[in-house]
Amino acid sequence: MNADWTLLGPVLVQALGETLWAVSITMVLGGIFGFVIGTMLYTTRRGNILANAAVYNVLNVLINIVRPIPFIVFIAFIQPVTLGLIGTSIGVPAIIVPMTIAASFAIGRIVEQNLVTIDPGVIEAARAMGASPLRIISTILVPEALGPLILGYTFIFVGVVDMSALAGLIGGGGLGNFAILYGYQRFNYGVTLVAVVVIIVIVQLGQFLGNWLARKALRR
Amino acid sequence: MSVMVEFEAVSKSFTVGKRQVDAVEQVSLSIEKGEIFGIIGYSGAGKSTLVRLINGLERATSGRILVDGEDITTLPESRLRHVRGGIGMIFQQFNLLRSRTVAGNVEYPLRIAKWPKEKRKARVAELLDFVGLGDRARSYPEQLSGGQKQRVGIARALATEPKILLADESTSALDPETTQEVLRLLQRVNRELGITVVVITHEMDVIRSIADRVAVLEGGRLIELGTVFDVFSNPQAAATKSFVSTVLRNQPTADDLVRLRRAHPGRVVTAEILDAGRLGSVLSDAVGKYGVRFEIIFGGISALQNRSYGSITLELVGDEGSVDALVKDLQAVAAITEVPA
Ligand SMILES: Nc1ncnc2c1ncn2[C@@H]1O[C@H](COP(=O)(O)OP(=O)(O)OP(=O)(O)O)[C@@H](O)[C@H]1O
Ligand SMILES: [Mg+2]
Repeated sequence: MNADWTLLGPVLVQALGETLWAVSITMVLGGIFGFVIGTMLYTTRRGNILANAAVYNVLNVLINIVRPIPFIVFIAFIQPVTLGLIGTSIGVPAIIVPMTIAASFAIGRIVEQNLVTIDPGVIEAARAMGASPLRIISTILVPEALGPLILGYTFIFVGVVDMSALAGLIGGGGLGNFAILYGYQRFNYGVTLVAVVVIIVIVQLGQFLGNWLARKALRR
Repeated sequence: MSVMVEFEAVSKSFTVGKRQVDAVEQVSLSIEKGEIFGIIGYSGAGKSTLVRLINGLERATSGRILVDGEDITTLPESRLRHVRGGIGMIFQQFNLLRSRTVAGNVEYPLRIAKWPKEKRKARVAELLDFVGLGDRARSYPEQLSGGQKQRVGIARALATEPKILLADESTSALDPETTQEVLRLLQRVNRELGITVVVITHEMDVIRSIADRVAVLEGGRLIELGTVFDVFSNPQAAATKSFVSTVLRNQPTADDLVRLRRAHPGRVVTAEILDAGRLGSVLSDAVGKYGVRFEIIFGGISALQNRSYGSITLELVGDEGSVDALVKDLQAVAAITEVPA
């Protein structure tokens, strides 16, 4: 039970840094790709502004294939892509690839689901005013669904923190790795607990920030 | 008058699964510049589809549509967007942007049309004044009543100085008083700004209040078209008659007749009243001249497009020859229909 925090402290800080790094990059890249996927899914639906059955079906099936794969299996499944993209399949950059891909599809679905709740009448009104599809996406879809979108991204953020815990598996470090290596495997419950608390704090901060932004967006 | 919108044998069908729905079938009509044109029909008659063809939100399956002389049926989507700037549209559910203030909503089409900021601001202020919402510029739509929301919708639709305003069931979500308020505003849009207004509704009252001419749609087909006065005072199709009867109950229904017949065994006739008829003077002579008494047993007279019209159902009591003579006199001043015994 006696952990030497003068030694473990810097390791914890490094693990925290690795987790934050992997989570941030994933949220930014996955956020962008996910937004594109989600908007394409939504706008290519039947009767919508860019209705296109082929694009819609391909994206829809792709998401349905990727999403149910357990992340630990997905890391292995996507390994060739990771190798091809960054030349290695171990370390922090290597975990970012599967994380970003998984997050993109998850965010894509969340974005689509939030856009669906927008009143189609509003889009119709914008069309009647001569707005182009791109303009409708940027000036109608995003602002009208901003609050729920922020909450959706926040929800995904928690999942991404969860994914990052598996980074240790491929030498990607991070808090999950820290907890397993120094806590679980050394039977040091105190260390595990510290890692858990740090993760809880990250998640809480993220959730708090998301709720606050969403409230601002919804003006209530 | 010249023509603002011309439909030439326009059809629009949708394919739903394997089924084909003919929403609009072979409609030909023209909407004059500067008029308020009403389109009435039951739910599913194709009214919305018909107006959405005017601004190209739906593309015609066949036929031609000319808007201010330009054939829009062949225009590519990118050019259509430009045409839409010249056509305002308002909706039953207002369709305001929740994320923008009242001013932001009115400004939105001006941004699309790339107006410079200063001109946009001035235009928004001018429009909000026009619809009487100058003091609500910073409110959000959810803070407004239905009538106020529709006035914002109207201001927004007018922003880019369109030639045409399309109103799809624009008062159907409002109470009767607010409906009149919005209709009066549409009338001002038409009279003060000279904008051609196309009003779609399933409520005859809306047509009666503001339309100059009316088209009756049924099952995607145009079944009747004319001035509101002509169509109201002399409806031809069954659907038109039933619309007219929703606002003007001056003709007894079959049920009414059964009841009336029970109480009034004499000769019963219905006289049509158009403008100021001389029915009254003929009737007041009836007793002295023929010894025929009369009873008014049903009817009503109202005004339409500043002309009186309606019908009165009378029971005439007296000997047969005298009643015949009176009916002849009545026929000279009004159209008379006999109610069978
Ligand atoms: N996008 C569409 N896809 C398939 N069918 C459609 C579509 N739009 C309209 N229809 C069909 O076309 C017909 C006419 O519809 P439309 O909305 O024009 O009627 P409406 O007269 O406006 O009715 P309401 O008073 O209910 O608004 C209906 O049978 C409707 O189901
Ligand atoms: Mg409709």
